[in-house]
Amino acid sequence: MNNGAKKYDVVVVGGGHNGLICAAYLAKAGRSVLVLERRHVLGGAAVSEELYPGFTFSVASYVVSLFRPHIIRELELARHGYEIIPMDCSFLPLPDGDSLARWADGNRSRREIQRFSKKDAEVYPEFSRVMTLMGKFAKQIIDHPAPDIASLKLKDLLGMTRIGKAFRSLGPDLFHLNLKLLTLSAVDFLDLWFESEILKGPMSASGIIGTFKGVRSPGTAYVLLHHYMGELDGAFRSWGFSKGGTGGVSMACARAAQSYGAEIRTSAPVMTVIVKNGRTDGVVLEDGEEIAADLVVSNLDPRRTYLSLVGEEHLDGDVVKEINRFKYRGSSGKVNLALDRVPEFACRPGDGDHIRGDIAIAPNVDYMERAYDEAKYGAFSQRPFINAVIPSLTDPTLAPPGKHVLSCFVQYAPYHLKEGAEDWPNQREAFGDAVVDTMAEYIPGLKDIILYRQVLTPWDLEQQMGLTEGNIFQGELSLEQLLFQRPLAGFAQYKTPIHNLWMCGSGTHPGGGVMGSGGELAAKSILRGKAG
Amino acid sequence: MLKTPFFPRQLALCESMSWKEWSGYHAVSSYLVLHDAEYFAFRNAAGLLDVTPLFKYRVRGKDAADYLAQIMVKDITRLTVGRVTYLCWCNHEGKVVDDGTVMRRGEEDFFVTTADPCFSWFSRFLRGYDVTLEDVSEQVAAVALQGPTSRDVLKQVCDADLDTLKFFRTTKARLDDFAVWISRTGYTGDLGYEIWVENEHALKLWDALMAAGRNYALRPAGLDALDQCRVEAGLILKNVDYYNALHVLIEDRKSSPYELSLGWTVQLDRAPFNGQKALRHEKENGSQWAFVGLDIDWPETEALYARYGLPPEVPHTAWRLSIPVYSDASREKQIGYATSGTWSPILKKNIALATIRADYQEIGTEVQFEMTVEHTRHTVMATVHKPQFFNPKRKTSTPGSQ
Repeated sequence: MNNGAKKYDVVVVGGGHNGLICAAYLAKAGRSVLVLERRHVLGGAAVSEELYPGFTFSVASYVVSLFRPHIIRELELARHGYEIIPMDCSFLPLPDGDSLARWADGNRSRREIQRFSKKDAEVYPEFSRVMTLMGKFAKQIIDHPAPDIASLKLKDLLGMTRIGKAFRSLGPDLFHLNLKLLTLSAVDFLDLWFESEILKGPMSASGIIGTFKGVRSPGTAYVLLHHYMGELDGAFRSWGFSKGGTGGVSMACARAAQSYGAEIRTSAPVMTVIVKNGRTDGVVLEDGEEIAADLVVSNLDPRRTYLSLVGEEHLDGDVVKEINRFKYRGSSGKVNLALDRVPEFACRPGDGDHIRGDIAIAPNVDYMERAYDEAKYGAFSQRPFINAVIPSLTDPTLAPPGKHVLSCFVQYAPYHLKEGAEDWPNQREAFGDAVVDTMAEYIPGLKDIILYRQVLTPWDLEQQMGLTEGNIFQGELSLEQLLFQRPLAGFAQYKTPIHNLWMCGSGTHPGGGVMGSGGELAAKSILRGKAG
Repeated sequence: MLKTPFFPRQLALCESMSWKEWSGYHAVSSYLVLHDAEYFAFRNAAGLLDVTPLFKYRVRGKDAADYLAQIMVKDITRLTVGRVTYLCWCNHEGKVVDDGTVMRRGEEDFFVTTADPCFSWFSRFLRGYDVTLEDVSEQVAAVALQGPTSRDVLKQVCDADLDTLKFFRTTKARLDDFAVWISRTGYTGDLGYEIWVENEHALKLWDALMAAGRNYALRPAGLDALDQCRVEAGLILKNVDYYNALHVLIEDRKSSPYELSLGWTVQLDRAPFNGQKALRHEKENGSQWAFVGLDIDWPETEALYARYGLPPEVPHTAWRLSIPVYSDASREKQIGYATSGTWSPILKKNIALATIRADYQEIGTEVQFEMTVEHTRHTVMATVHKPQFFNPKRKTSTPGSQ
């Protein structure tokens, strides 16, 4: 026991962006707060690291859109260095030498799309309109804790009423469409609008990010919406790069938290949450140090929180069963490359604006589904879906002059290989090769300009970042794991069965992506509940 | 319409064909259909902007400093060689005629930039001074190279020691076979330089900068991006935020330096200068108006739009309109007007520059800003702020002198 040591009002376990945001809100409200981060860097999966001299990588999360604007305002994040540079283009190189670029400039997009389908080109803005309305609807849900439908408490009833009103405000047509959005596959949903497989390929990709499903699997339309909910500068559906990499977002949150008086310790791995008689009053670090706190907030995913930090012995059998049922099954990896010069696409050479946004290797719907086929049987895709970015073209601080970072989000890389997840270290380089081979089909000179390569499999995401089974959202974004069931029915409002232990990560409502909502809503729930 | 020496390059690059008139020259509004990338170049990398249409004068001679000190609100005799200063100049009533910069290139050699032509105004005060005034507006071209990587870009092409060149200093430099003047000045409120070059070498300068900029995410940038930056930096714009006292039809349209938040440029206690008496009087008795920033409340804006079932909208470019500012939501008492504004992507704020009654100028005062939603006028709360919303450390930091 560390006699005489300071006792905190709140200890936050995990310095990901949500943990830091939670700490900032609590510190701003006057609580004494300590954030404990296992790694030497803050940010969790929203992290920037210089992996190779002079090159800074957004190691895991690589683009930002979903971050809630009111959090930026309330925590004064712009003053603390939060800077997002919008992306102007989504580029789709095609194997036959053609390509499709979708731009922020609507007329330019229409001209591009009409080469593949004149009808789709005109329907495209209609689709955007509907998704904007859906995003506006979703805002009513993601900016509040999920009401418990089984509860008769006033706040839950009010919450249900709010959601009911939001549904009603959609009107009958959009209401029906919304039900489709919640139940259909991404491709089925897109089929309601579009005819071109070329257009639907990259568009359907948003529906599978981070899930172990294919673009034709039911439920993926919702994930599509999840990626359309973003707001940048008042505009829905816009994505951008964080200046200095995605870690820039986390660092702004950390500086905000510190400005309000929160303390942050890195390289401070928490081993357990102390539980006595169903309540917690602190944590124990791996080196044995005990830190006392009135309240503990876990930024870790549900499995790690419940089963590693707390432990089965303190939990009801049903809770353990349910927590084990919560699905992770990570399906994606990252390949980060340091490049000696600008990579040039054969189909559209040059370093123009078309490669300054995101670049999708998703030439059509069948390609996407085929990539999933291999994953279903426990192998990574030989020709995966890739979402690549070259942020150094926009943010020159990321690489030395003339050099670049190419960051590839890759799906599918199933956590559960048929040889077992532990076999990932043996397959890591082969996976990296498959990604580079795929990219090289579009960028012929790619292999000659690679200075450094980092391959992150779901196994690595689990080992390095503590994401169970490598799931980037701390648990799959599927309908049965959302709202009042994220992560557990009855414990979906940031509380846990352990008194004074709360959760604030992406494994809570409203889920993953760099949104900050978990951290914000957990903090606000704690403050509303006073002692918790 | 005139074409600046950079016109051929700009024409080739200006994809949007979006140009405007600037002092009789063709000037690019934005190279792309949407100017966002140009704005972010200024803020995250570097933007290259043609500022040739500025008016440029050389003032030389034994009495040059004394002469300029009489015209300007600042005591130019104290401006040492190699320094630049920003200031305004007034008529005898102490009302602003124009604003600009004065650079001291040598003991008896000054370079003055102005927004409007000032040759006639400056000429009126030549009598008695051993000075020559020369209008070099059409002989000297200029580019503004602005943004965090601007120093890195400029270093590649010239021999000047930019690591030690401080904010608001000027130096002569050589590119391959010609000379330029570099000043660490600009209109973006960021790290940046303005480079002054004889017309005949202008294209070589442009090409050298564009080539060196490839590795530093340099972009040619237009006036739309500049306008957004200058509002964030709280830099006033003539004929938008104020008018030339010599051109207005009514007294109310004249402004004193104090009313434009330029009081800091006025040095009163010295030899007589234009407007001194009136300015001293105003300093002692207070001003009627104040120039302020307004931070327009976003939650109220969102709530107002939500009443119409709309997400909040912000204009895509900076605006230049006169928008009434009221003391309260009843809109009975107008206390001033906003003249420029923008959504600030970097600050995530909806901001404006406004002239308001002096008794409302205290930072943090809450006023009401008129906002039209669905053709209907409303107000939302706005908080008085200093005009300068954005002021990064890099603007003034000098790596070589630390």
